[in-house]
Parts: sequence; C-alpha cells; structure tokens
Amino acid sequence: MPKVGVISVGQSAFVRAYPGSIRELAFEAFKDALKGSGIKTEQIDASVICSAPEYDKQRTPAGLVAEYLGLNPQPTFYVESVCSSSSSGLRTAYALIASGLHDVVMVLGFQKMSEISSAESQERMGRGADIQWEAPFGTMMPAYYAMYARGHFQKYGTTEEDLGLIRLKSSTYGVMNDKAVFRKSLTLDKIMEPKYIATPLKMMDCCANADGSSCVILASEQKAKELCEKPVWIRGLGMATAPINMAGRDTFSGLKCAQLAASRAYDMAGLCPKDIDVAEVHDCFTIAEMMAYEDLGFAEPGKGKELIRNKETYKEGRIPVNVDGGLLSKGHPIGATGGSQIRTIVLQLRGAAGPMQVPNAKIGLVHNIGGVGIYGNVSIFSAD
Amino acid sequence: MGFEQFGIVSFTSTTKAEKFVDLLKEGKVCGTICKSCGAKFFPPRSDCNVCLSDEMEWFDVSGVGDLITFTQAMYAPAGFENDIPYILGVAQFDDGVKAFGRLDKSIKEENIKPGMKIKLKVVDLDNGRLSYILTQA
Repeated sequence: MPKVGVISVGQSAFVRAYPGSIRELAFEAFKDALKGSGIKTEQIDASVICSAPEYDKQRTPAGLVAEYLGLNPQPTFYVESVCSSSSSGLRTAYALIASGLHDVVMVLGFQKMSEISSAESQERMGRGADIQWEAPFGTMMPAYYAMYARGHFQKYGTTEEDLGLIRLKSSTYGVMNDKAVFRKSLTLDKIMEPKYIATPLKMMDCCANADGSSCVILASEQKAKELCEKPVWIRGLGMATAPINMAGRDTFSGLKCAQLAASRAYDMAGLCPKDIDVAEVHDCFTIAEMMAYEDLGFAEPGKGKELIRNKETYKEGRIPVNVDGGLLSKGHPIGATGGSQIRTIVLQLRGAAGPMQVPNAKIGLVHNIGGVGIYGNVSIFSAD
Repeated sequence: MGFEQFGIVSFTSTTKAEKFVDLLKEGKVCGTICKSCGAKFFPPRSDCNVCLSDEMEWFDVSGVGDLITFTQAMYAPAGFENDIPYILGVAQFDDGVKAFGRLDKSIKEENIKPGMKIKLKVVDLDNGRLSYILTQA
C-alpha cells in the first residue's frame, strides 16, 4: 500500500455561536492549516468537504466552501457520516491519493450548529435515528447513549461516578485548550449534581453543541516529503457499520462498529492496542469514552472503569486519552469533530501539543463515531 | 390514511409496511417473516435482505420478553415536549426479536430494571393515532 502522509492540520476555535457564515467558519481552519506550512492553495489537487447537512441552510456546501477557499477549479465533493464525517473524509482522501488519482487532498470539516435553535437541533438529532420506526417515540442522542450506559452498568458494575471521573479528566485538559468551548475547571461534586438529561446521564456527562471547523491536508509519500518537514503517516484505517435501529443491536455494553473498525485499523497497521502512545476517542458522552477504552482494546471488556479510576488515561498514565479535553470540553461541531481529533494526534506526534504534550508520543489513534454507533472510524497515525 | 398514523409524531407517510398500522388497529403488534427463507424481522421489513424476496407474511410479537436496557428522558426533541419525563427501552423476545419503544407510564418506577418481563401492547393516542408500548407482562 502506498504511504500517505498528513502534511498540515488546522482548526478554528470551537465556540457556542460563531459570528459569521459557514464559508467564513470554514476559512478559519483552512487558514490555520496553511499559515506557516509553506503549502500554497494551488498545490491542493482536490478537496473533500464534510458536514452534517441537516444543519446547513446552504444546499451543496462543498461548492460554496471550495470557491471561498480559492479551490476552483479543482475537484471537490461532500462526504457525510454525521459525527464521523471528517474521518470518513480522511478515508476518502487516503483512497484518492493511494490510487494515484491525486497527490495532495484537503479534508475540510465544518458545522455551524447555531444556524438552528437547540430544540430544532435536538429534533434533527432524533432523526439521525430510524425515522420510520424509532423517531416517532421521541428519540434523541443522550437517550440512546443512556441506554448504553445502563447496559454497561448492568453488565459490568460501572457507576455514575466512574463516568464522572471521565468528565473530571476532560475538564483538566479542557482548561489548557485555547480552542475548547468549555474551559472551566470542574470538581467531581459539580459533575455529580443530579441534573439528569436521560438517566443515568447527567448534564456533565454530555458534550455541548458548538460551531467549528477543522482542516487536514494529506499528500502522497513523495509530495509529503517535498512539502513538509515532519509528515505524520497514516498507518491504519478501519471503518465498520452497525444497524441504525436499536432492535438490530446485539449488545448495549459496547459499540460493535468501533470494535470492528479498531480491529481492521490494527490489522492494517500491524500494531496492537499496547503500541498506541496517545489516543483521541469520541467522547460525545462520558459513557462513549468508557466504551471506547474497551472497544479499542485499551482495557478488557468491563475493565474500562479501572483505567479511569487509576488515572491510566491521564497524560502521565499508561494510555493517555483525550488530553486535549475531548468533545466534552472542546464541544462537538459534528462535521468538524473528526478533523479536530486528527489535528490533536498530528500535533502530539510532531511534539507540538504544548502543555498537553505526551512525552515521546510516536503512534497515535483516532476513534470517531457517527450516530449512536452507526458508523465507526478508527485511524492510526505514526511519526515515522 | 396510512403510515402517518403511527407514533406520537410521524416522519414517514408512505411505506410498503403500512399494514403494520392496520394490524395495530386490530390490537396486534406484528413483524414480518420472509415466505421464501423464513428470516424474521421486527420492526417489519418489506424486503428480505437475506434472500432478496419481497414476499412477506406477518407474525404477532405476542410473547413475553425481557427488558434489556432503558432510560428516563428528562428532555425531549421538538414535538415531544409535553410528554417528559418518559422512559424508552429495548426488550428482547424469542428468536432474537428485539423491540424498541416507550415503557408504559403506569409501571411503578421501582419495578423498572433490566430483566423485567415485558409484553408489547397497542395504545391509542390522540387524533386517531396509534402506537405500541412496552408494558409489564
């Protein structure tokens, strides 16, 4: 398989309400990726634009964004897998380069969730489930993940406080991340306040909606070496899917799509869980991070709670996870999220993560889930 | 009237599975079985993804199942605000058939736990709408 490298990454600040339009929001991440990189717009052969279209008033945003970034007349198109859209974009861009079709491809993810009201946004999220058979009951993302939390508690004895410890870790690093929407320091008492959203998940178990954009630029091996001093290489890409309908799920204690995606990514990379130095996982809810520990093989099924109780997923621990604050602190602008996770790992592997840097990180992993385990993307990167 | 009668808020008006609503009117919650290969589906499918047949017959999910998981929703999406709080859950029946839906509001909260015995029951909603709930068996 030909080598494909990440040659630059960028991200806007994630904010509650971006004071501009979607093209301007997209430009923020693009500019962040290009500035100081030496890469010129005309060197980008194609762009893949990622968002969840139900938030966009603009029809066919790829054309609009490509024009505003100065990427006409190069090819552009849209890739969507809800919350994992920009990881699916990475997969697409990898294929475009590995096939020899293009040398340099940009993945631009964005979401301006504040285009619509919070209630409208909840309604749209409910429709991310099966609209024929499930949405008529009044479904929403927290309720679905809450059913997984109950399933995990029931099977393994995990507790609400274990989930609270995950949020506590998130806030430790969110404070340090100047791109995060939620930068307040939290105490476990505050996190455990019984403000239930969908039992057993409380307010602080849930990430916030945000506006944001992310940009990842990929290149073939030769171009990557020409254009970048420290390319970060894609070593493994795994993707898998599971039934959208809860009636089709065989377990409520882990996400099958993530388990399969991880296994495929490890196989492609020739690596195993203990080889990973730093990971970004999709913590849209605290339970999602708990399941990720197990689905990715960082802990045996049911032992994820030991990892967080022993602080093994802190920066100094055995397997640092979400040491940029994760979605819980950064916020979760759907289409931009995967690219933001990839950016964090690329900065870690370049030794450029500032106060969040994990010493000697050489191999990093991104776990990015779309919907409640409909789409699972796991990507592995290395410095060499 | 067709499938838009199903559920508290409907997002689908036309489906080949709209007989589901007629069967609800008869008090039955039904899935489909493929006449060609015997694959069993709930929620019902009109097309068999195992053998590609579209010849289906209906079966009644009449047995007793186990509640696998549940949540009490304290917030609701647009159109469901008047119902909160409400409980959503998944129950498992024979032959691996699972059903997602709301739990009967009349079940005492202390009785709701994974493993509790569940049966499906048709409920009449306002304006001639119909649904089913997971109730205590």
